[in-house]
Amino acid sequence: MTRTLVLAAALAAAFPAYAQQTIKIGLIMPYSGQFADTATQMDNAIKLYVKQKGDAVAGRKIEFVRKDTGGIAPDVAKRLAQELVVRDKVDVLAGFVLTPNALSAGDVSAEAKKFMVVMNAATAIITTKSPYMARTSVTVPQLNETFGAWAAKKGGIKKIYTMVSDYGPGHDAEQSFQRGFKEAGGEIIGSVRFPVANPDFSAFVQRAKDQNPEAIYVWVPGGAQPAAIGKALAERGIDPRKTKILGQGELTEDEARRSMGDTGLGIFTVYHYDHNHGSALNRAFVKAFNAEYGGRNPNIYAIGGCDGMHLIYEALKKTAGKTDGESLIAAAKGMKWESPRGPVSIDPETRDIVQTVYIRRVEKAGGQTVNAEYDKVENVKDPVKARMKK
Amino acid sequence: MASASGHLAAQIRWRWIESAFWLATLLPFVVTPAYLSLASQIAITALFALSLDLILGYAGIVSLGHAAYFGFGAYTAGLLAKHYWGEPLSGLLLAGALTGLVGYATSHIVVRFRHLALIMLTLGLGLLLHEAANSASWLTGGADGLQGVKVAPLLGFRFDLYGRTAYAYSLAVLFLCFLISRRIIHSPFGLALRGIRENLVRMPAIGAPSRAHLRKVYTIAAVMAGMAGALLTHTTSTVSLDTLSFGRSADVLVILILGGAGRLYGGIVGALIYMVARDQFSGINPQYWYFWIGLLLIAVVMFLPNGILGGLGALHKKSR
Amino acid sequence: MQSFIGVLFDGFAYGMLLFLLSVGLSVTLGMMNFVNLAHCSFAMIGGYVAVVLTNSLGWPFLASLPMAFVAAAAVSVVLERTLYRRLYRSSDLDQCLFTIGVVFVSVAVAAYYFGTVQQPIDTPPYLRGSVELMGVSFAVYRLFLVVTALLITAILIVALEYTRFGAQVRAAVDNQRMARGLGIDVDRAFAITFALGGGLAGLGGALAIEIIGLDHAFAFTYLVYVLIVVAVGGLGSIGGSFLAAAVIGISDMAGKYYFPWLGAFLIYLVMVGLLMWRPAGLFGKR
Repeated sequence: MTRTLVLAAALAAAFPAYAQQTIKIGLIMPYSGQFADTATQMDNAIKLYVKQKGDAVAGRKIEFVRKDTGGIAPDVAKRLAQELVVRDKVDVLAGFVLTPNALSAGDVSAEAKKFMVVMNAATAIITTKSPYMARTSVTVPQLNETFGAWAAKKGGIKKIYTMVSDYGPGHDAEQSFQRGFKEAGGEIIGSVRFPVANPDFSAFVQRAKDQNPEAIYVWVPGGAQPAAIGKALAERGIDPRKTKILGQGELTEDEARRSMGDTGLGIFTVYHYDHNHGSALNRAFVKAFNAEYGGRNPNIYAIGGCDGMHLIYEALKKTAGKTDGESLIAAAKGMKWESPRGPVSIDPETRDIVQTVYIRRVEKAGGQTVNAEYDKVENVKDPVKARMKK
Repeated sequence: MASASGHLAAQIRWRWIESAFWLATLLPFVVTPAYLSLASQIAITALFALSLDLILGYAGIVSLGHAAYFGFGAYTAGLLAKHYWGEPLSGLLLAGALTGLVGYATSHIVVRFRHLALIMLTLGLGLLLHEAANSASWLTGGADGLQGVKVAPLLGFRFDLYGRTAYAYSLAVLFLCFLISRRIIHSPFGLALRGIRENLVRMPAIGAPSRAHLRKVYTIAAVMAGMAGALLTHTTSTVSLDTLSFGRSADVLVILILGGAGRLYGGIVGALIYMVARDQFSGINPQYWYFWIGLLLIAVVMFLPNGILGGLGALHKKSR
Repeated sequence: MQSFIGVLFDGFAYGMLLFLLSVGLSVTLGMMNFVNLAHCSFAMIGGYVAVVLTNSLGWPFLASLPMAFVAAAAVSVVLERTLYRRLYRSSDLDQCLFTIGVVFVSVAVAAYYFGTVQQPIDTPPYLRGSVELMGVSFAVYRLFLVVTALLITAILIVALEYTRFGAQVRAAVDNQRMARGLGIDVDRAFAITFALGGGLAGLGGALAIEIIGLDHAFAFTYLVYVLIVVAVGGLGSIGGSFLAAAVIGISDMAGKYYFPWLGAFLIYLVMVGLLMWRPAGLFGKR
């Protein structure tokens, strides 16, 4: 320990004074590989935020150092975080789309006492890894436990069949949804898990159909799968207007809805952001995003990036430019602001995001399908950590 | 005509360029201290590539599933560290030994096949292990990775942010395994392996029990790959499914071919060039770095056939 | 029973998709022993051509399919003439490394021009939805896929068995040296076969979008499945690829339906089992 401190002091002393003027933010994301699109959206939102609010805060210039993890690679993510701290001397670690990468980088944040902002990774325990970490995205239980409870109470569903992807986030979603649903008095009539790399869903959908369920809950990761399962449901004759279909927002994201066409009408999903949200702030955000990025709409990765940057900027303003981990996290705790997604705040105890959870239904509007807001639950905290406290 | 033992004795003599190379591996401590984490990961990958070279370059077994042993070693070390046995050296040896057992068991299947069937079989076995690890999330932590891995200090040195302990540890293990491999290659056993690689059918005719030899080298390669995996766990305190993935198997194969298979240093050179290139390209252009890596691979094949060492060797011969 | 037939059919349709993607690789690998890991890049080219023609230029979907074939075949020819022919004498490992480099480059180019997002495709309304036949609902698109694949298989088999060119190809696959010795221009036959194989992959890529999607990483993602079909079917055999693809598609589907907990394992178990039983593939020569 003393060895490290001595070395750190020596390095700090050797550090030329003029460089103290810029604040460096290290961005760790999967810029390449199968998750590249998430990084594209997140990075674009970050660039847009800087363009709109300027690249200086509290009298100091903001500089970014971008590092690619290539996908799920916690050993690489940890090394990149270490290099950002030791080599590039960043003040803040940010980005983090994937859970394993966020978890391993959390160790670096804790040891080096660096402020870390998780802008997407959604597993509940991530923020427990470092006391200097805050999250501006969402947690899987925050969405799905709320959804389960809503489905049983307000959604009027008594029995449901669940289908999820057979890996971490899928298991998380299944557990949270089933817990929320059962605690509100519902009954799970059956469940199935499909392999992660699953190009074809017919067999699983057929199994679900055999049970003749009143409702089906589906969880798949974004990308090619939402459209595939949507079409499989339609092909096997499951009509969302008769058998209620529930899912997390990925199921009805833009590209998936376009592929499903009208067969997707009536699907209920739970999410924390849709570009369709009617607030003035969001309309302005979407307009600017469209203009800057060739008509593409922002999604949850973009909003996570946008709000993450907002948190960093506001925390820096509050600490008047002080960049050590202690000051920044103290400034971040309890911060509230109006985001394009709705009102959000950072819970002072868990340093995780507290936000409005929206229940949407796919409807036709202006000749196209949209995720129309059907209901909402406000001020939702992460339930898993809330239970851990008790 | 020189005798076999005379030939071997000549081969095993230590050349000055080799000593220079190994001394140079100590340079990062002094010259580039901020790159020690990268250096340690290069050393680990080099060890992994070396283990693949033993079976591919010398015995002719093309494996697309070698990461199975890497990942098995990584998880063994991780599980030991999680359940309070955090001491690295004993964890390393135990992980290597257990992986060797798994390697020995699978070698009975693997050595009975050749050509495309062998490649696809190793691929299939690797994918099956990956799926099994994903399913057994109660043991492996599933897609989120193993949590609670606490690695104790190595002989009193903590695994810190700067990566000095990590690099010293990985480099030392790499060097030791390299010495062992060198000994194996330049021995009658090694010669027999090369004979098997060239002509499988004829070897038993001259009294070499080819299947037994192949099983032996496959087991040794599994032990080394397992140790490389354990090194990764110890130096990063994380393990996750990507250590068992097809991507890792494919990467190490590309690295070995890039460096030059069957040339002992091929894996090390390949790991060094590939990972440094990737790090540099990725730093310049995080989104499209693989475009440049693709061009690098194409260029190497066009101008340096049989890998970098192979091509350099050919040029060296031509220049004489 | 009805759900069983439905699952069987869906599995067969998925298998047909794999067949179209793999048949080119099987024949070229069997003929010239050239390890072309960039095969799925041709599929990707076909897919993107179809997307651009159908979505942006408003071509009817059915018209964009032959264009996908032609575009992928054209790129194969160019690639073969300029780069690949220098590598016929190279070692297998070098061919592997080279073609992987080509895959990296193609994935980067796709990401650069088309972005990393999933590409949706506007399939015409008459190909959507499902029809009821004898109490089982069949997806129209899958019916279309099966019919197209069977048609192409028939054409390929007829061409192989009853044309002079087909005889040359069969001779070259059986024994290349002998074929050359008999005066057959193996290089030309190979070039044409390579173009056809690439074209078919392109067609497969275009047809696949509706079922498995398309993004910049497609060339990597499906390489494993294609290799499985080629290895299990046997190199150089169209019938082998067909049977292997059908078996894999059906067992994958049926496995997921009856034993969902085995879901991901099944396709690899089937492959390992079949290869251990028949290492040269179902209809392989060696």
